[in-house]
Amino acid sequence: MRRVVNGGWAQLRHALLLLPLLASGAAAEPDNYVEIARGKALATAGDCITCHTANGGAPFAGGLALQTPFGAIMTPNITPDNVTGIGSWSADDFARAMHEGRRPGGSYLYPAFPYPYYSKVTRADLDAIYAYLRTLAPVTNAVNRSTLPFPFSIRQSMLGWNRLFFTPGVFVPDPKRSDEYNRGAYLVEGLGHCGACHTPFNSFGAAKTDHYLEGNQIDNWTAPNITNDMHAGLGKWSVDDIAHYLKTGQTATTLASGPMKDVIENSTSKMPDADLRAIAVYLKERGAAGSSPPAPLSASDPRMQAGEAIFADTCSACHTSNGGGVEHIFPKLAGNAIATQDDPASLIRIVIAGGRAAATNERPTGPAMPSLGFRLNDAQVAAVVTYVRNSFGNAASPVTADTVKALRGRVTGAAD
Amino acid sequence: MARRLPRKDVVIVGLGWTGSILAYELSRTGLEVVAIERGPWRDTATDFNIGTAPDELRYGVRHDVFLRPRQETLTMRNNASQTALPIRKWGSFLPGNGVGGAGVHWNGQTWRFLPDDFRIRSHMIERYGEKIMPEGNHIQDWPVSYDELEPYYDKFERVLGISGKAGNLKGKIQPGGNPFEGARSSEYPTPPMTQGYAQELFTKAATSLGLHPFPRPSANISVAYTNPYGCTMAPCTYCGFCERFGCANYSKSSPQTCVLPALVREPTFEARTDCEVTKVNLSGDGKMATGVTYVDANGEEWEQPADLVLVCAFSLFNVRLLLLSGIGKPYDPVRDEGVVGRNYAYQTGSGATGFFADVKFNPFAAAGSLGAALDDYNSDNFDHGPHGFVGGASITCAYTNGRPILYHPTPKGTPTWGSAWKKAVHENYQKVTNVGAQGSVMSYRNNYLDLDPTYKDPLGRPLMRMTFDYQDNERKMANWMAERCEEIAKAMGAKTTQVNRLNGPWSVVPYQTTHNTGGAVFGNDPKTSVLNRYLQSWDVHNVFVMGASAFPQNAGYNPTGTVGALTYWALDAIFDYLKSPRALVQS
Repeated sequence: MRRVVNGGWAQLRHALLLLPLLASGAAAEPDNYVEIARGKALATAGDCITCHTANGGAPFAGGLALQTPFGAIMTPNITPDNVTGIGSWSADDFARAMHEGRRPGGSYLYPAFPYPYYSKVTRADLDAIYAYLRTLAPVTNAVNRSTLPFPFSIRQSMLGWNRLFFTPGVFVPDPKRSDEYNRGAYLVEGLGHCGACHTPFNSFGAAKTDHYLEGNQIDNWTAPNITNDMHAGLGKWSVDDIAHYLKTGQTATTLASGPMKDVIENSTSKMPDADLRAIAVYLKERGAAGSSPPAPLSASDPRMQAGEAIFADTCSACHTSNGGGVEHIFPKLAGNAIATQDDPASLIRIVIAGGRAAATNERPTGPAMPSLGFRLNDAQVAAVVTYVRNSFGNAASPVTADTVKALRGRVTGAAD
Repeated sequence: MARRLPRKDVVIVGLGWTGSILAYELSRTGLEVVAIERGPWRDTATDFNIGTAPDELRYGVRHDVFLRPRQETLTMRNNASQTALPIRKWGSFLPGNGVGGAGVHWNGQTWRFLPDDFRIRSHMIERYGEKIMPEGNHIQDWPVSYDELEPYYDKFERVLGISGKAGNLKGKIQPGGNPFEGARSSEYPTPPMTQGYAQELFTKAATSLGLHPFPRPSANISVAYTNPYGCTMAPCTYCGFCERFGCANYSKSSPQTCVLPALVREPTFEARTDCEVTKVNLSGDGKMATGVTYVDANGEEWEQPADLVLVCAFSLFNVRLLLLSGIGKPYDPVRDEGVVGRNYAYQTGSGATGFFADVKFNPFAAAGSLGAALDDYNSDNFDHGPHGFVGGASITCAYTNGRPILYHPTPKGTPTWGSAWKKAVHENYQKVTNVGAQGSVMSYRNNYLDLDPTYKDPLGRPLMRMTFDYQDNERKMANWMAERCEEIAKAMGAKTTQVNRLNGPWSVVPYQTTHNTGGAVFGNDPKTSVLNRYLQSWDVHNVFVMGASAFPQNAGYNPTGTVGALTYWALDAIFDYLKSPRALVQS
C-alpha cells in the first residue's frame, strides 16, 4: 500500500545512506536484553516499521514511497547494513537524526520523517531504539533517496524551513498535570507523532500548531479531529473507549480503517495498556477545539430523499436502517465521528473504494466495506453520503458530486 | 524430481473446515504447520464483495467456487457390469475448490447425528432381528458413541455460532426443539432464524398430524456473534445466496468467517495455495509417512517433509490420495476384502411439492438453512417393523433461495420454455413450497471407490472410479418418506401435490447432494476400517484422515456437524499422539 505522509512538511529530507565512520556513542551492550526489549517497545510505539517497510519488502529495509504534496519520498533502509542501511551510524548519529533532522554528514532530512516530533524523545529512549535497530538482520536494499523534484530536491532548503517551523527540544513534563497525562503527552507529542497526520498543515507542509490535532486530510483519508471536541472530536469517547480502540481497532460503535488500521495493527495494539490509557487521558484532558455543527439538512431535501433510497438498497442490510450498525463488525453511523467530520473524504472514499478494518489479536476478523464505486455514480455517492451525514441524529455539511468526482479521480485514477 | 523443502512439524492436505481448525489448534501451540491447498486463497473481503457475490450466473450456474473437472474428476458407473466413464461436468454433486473448501459454498445446515445412528447395526438387530438388515449390506456401528462426541459437537457449534433451539438439554425435553435429538450439554449459541410463512404452515400442519416440528439448526446465523476464536459474524440478511456462493455478509459460518482470521495471525502457520498434493510419502517399510509431494501452480514438484500428515481434503479426494499413496489395503469387492474405497455411501432425496392458492411465500427471503424440520421419521425414531427397511430421513420445509435463474418451480407437464412456461413460472413462483426428505444411505458390498483402470488425470495418475447405485432398501425408504411428505403438504393446505419419488438408477446429471461419505471409514476392526476410532490410519500411525470419508454409512442429515465434531475429537487424540507418537489403538 502506498503510504502518504503528512502532507508534507515541506518536503525533504534525507539520504541516510553512507557516511561510514562510526564513533559510537552511548550504544547499549549487544547483549543487554532489557535495553533492547525496551527499544523494541519504543520502536513499536513510534510505528517505525509502517513507513520503513515497502510492500512485500523486508521489515525496516525501507523503500516505501511516501506521497507528499511536494512529490514522493522513498523511505530509507534503517536496518544495520553498512552500505545501504544505517549500520555505520553511531548512537550519536542516530540521536542527531531523530532530534535535529540531520544526517551524520550534516545534510538535512525532510520532515516527512517526523523529527519535529521525535525531537521531544529523551536521549535514553533514542539509545534504546538504536540498540534495538542494531539487532536487526542487515538487509541490502539500496533506496533512491533523491526522488523529489526541483526545487524541493535541494536539501539545504530545509535549513530555512527548520528556522521557521521547527522547535527542537526534549519534552518537558507539566508539573501541574498527572504523571499519566505527562506520559500520554510524551507519547503523543513525541514518538507517536500523532499530529503528523491529525494536525492540519500550512502551505509549507508544517503543522499549524494553533490547530493541533484538529484533523487533516492524508492520502485522501480524513485523519479526524482528536481533540476532546464534542462534535468532531473525541468528546463522546471515554478514556476506556480510546484505549480500547487503540488496542483492538474498534469501539462498540466504530472500526478503524485506512491509515489508522496500519497504526493500530503495527503499533498501538502491541503497546502496553498503561501507555494506551495515558494517551487517552492526555487526549481527553488537553482540551477541545473544532467547528460547531451545522443544522442538519431537512429530510425533505431532494438530496436527502435520493440518499435515503440508495441507503435503503445498498447500505441498510449491514449498517441497519436506523444507522445502528452491528457491534464489532459493521460500524454504527449514528453519531459516528468519521461521518460527521467537516472533511467528508473518508466517508466518500470508503463508499467508492471500500476499505478493510483493523485486525488485532482481540478482534481478528478485520471486516471489509465493499467498494461500491462501480455501481454508484458521483451524484449517487454524494446523495448517500449527504444522507448519512444528516440522518440518525448526525449533522454535517452536504457533499457535492464535484467533490466526489475529484476524490474518485485521486483514489481510483478514474473519474465516474 | 521433487525438490525437498525444510521439514515442518505438521503438513495439512486441504484448507477447508477440518484443515483450518486443525491448523489453528496446532499452530497456536507453537508447532510449525503448513497447509497445502489445491485451489486459490479465498477471503470474504477480497472475494465476496456484496456488490458481486450474489451473481447467480457466475456462481450458481458457472460454478465459480467449485472444482473444475479438468483439475480432477471421477469415473462413474452404477454397477460392476458397466464400464465407468469420466464425469465431464459436475452434476449430482459439486466438490469445492480453494481455501474454505465446501465450507464456502455450503447451505449451512448443521446437524448432530442421532444416538442410534452411531450404533445402527447393533440397535436394529436388537430391536428387529437380523432379518431387517438389507441384502449385501456393510452396515457397521461407529467406533464412537453420541455421548463421546457430544462435547465436540458442542465445541464445533460454538465456533460456528449455530442458530437453533435445543430439544433435549441434559436429558430434559425442551418445547420448540427437536425432542428426538441426543442430550445436549448446552443450548445453541444463537437463537433460531426467523421462519417464513411456509414454515409456519408446515409447523402447524405437522403438529396437527402428531409430529414434532422445530426450526432447523443453521449456520446462517440469526444474530451477531463472536466465537471463542475471537472471530465476529453478522446477522443473516436472508438474501438467499448461500449454497454455491461465498457469503458477503459475514453471516454464514465458514472457515473464512470462523477460523481463518485467527489462523492467519499464527506466526508458525503457513498456507501454500494453488498447490496440489499428489502423494503422501512413506518410509521404506511403509509404516511411517515422511511428508507429502505436491505440484505448484507452475508445475514444479516439491517434497514437504513433516512428522505428522493430516489428510483434510473433501471425502472423495481423501480416499483417492490414500489409494495413490498406498496407505491401507484397497478394497476388493469380489473377495470382499480390503478397506480403502469400501463403504462409499450417498443420500436419497424425495418428497412432495405443494401448489397453493392465494398465498405469497416470498421464496426470495431465504437462507441456506432457513426451514422447519422434523425427525419423527429419521433414524429409528419410528417403528421400522412394518416397513422392512433400515434408515430414515429428516423432513424439512425450507427455502434456501428464490433466485431468478434456477428457481422457477412449475407443475409437472409444463413446457420447459416459451410462453406457457413463462406463464407457469409467473403463476407459481409465490405459491409453491416443498416438503423434502433427506434420507440415509447404507453401505453395501457393491457400492465402492477404486482407481480407474483406464482414465488418468493431467499428472498421469489414475482417476478414481465410483461404483454406486441406490439399493432396494433406500428406494423403499425414500418412497415411503415421499408419502409422509405428501401427507404434510396436504395438511398445509396445498391445492395440489406432486410426489417426488426415487426412481431409476442413480444419475450424475441432476444436482442431488454433495454429501458423499465413506471410503476411508473408521472403526474398531482393521479388517473393515481404514482408520481407528481416532481417525488415525491403522497402517501408518502418523497419518490422520478427517472428513465424511470416515462415516461407516450415511445418515439422514447433512454431514458437516458430525465432520466438525469428529475433527475436534481427533484433535484431542492428536495432542495425545504428539506427546508419544504411536498407534493409539492396537490392531
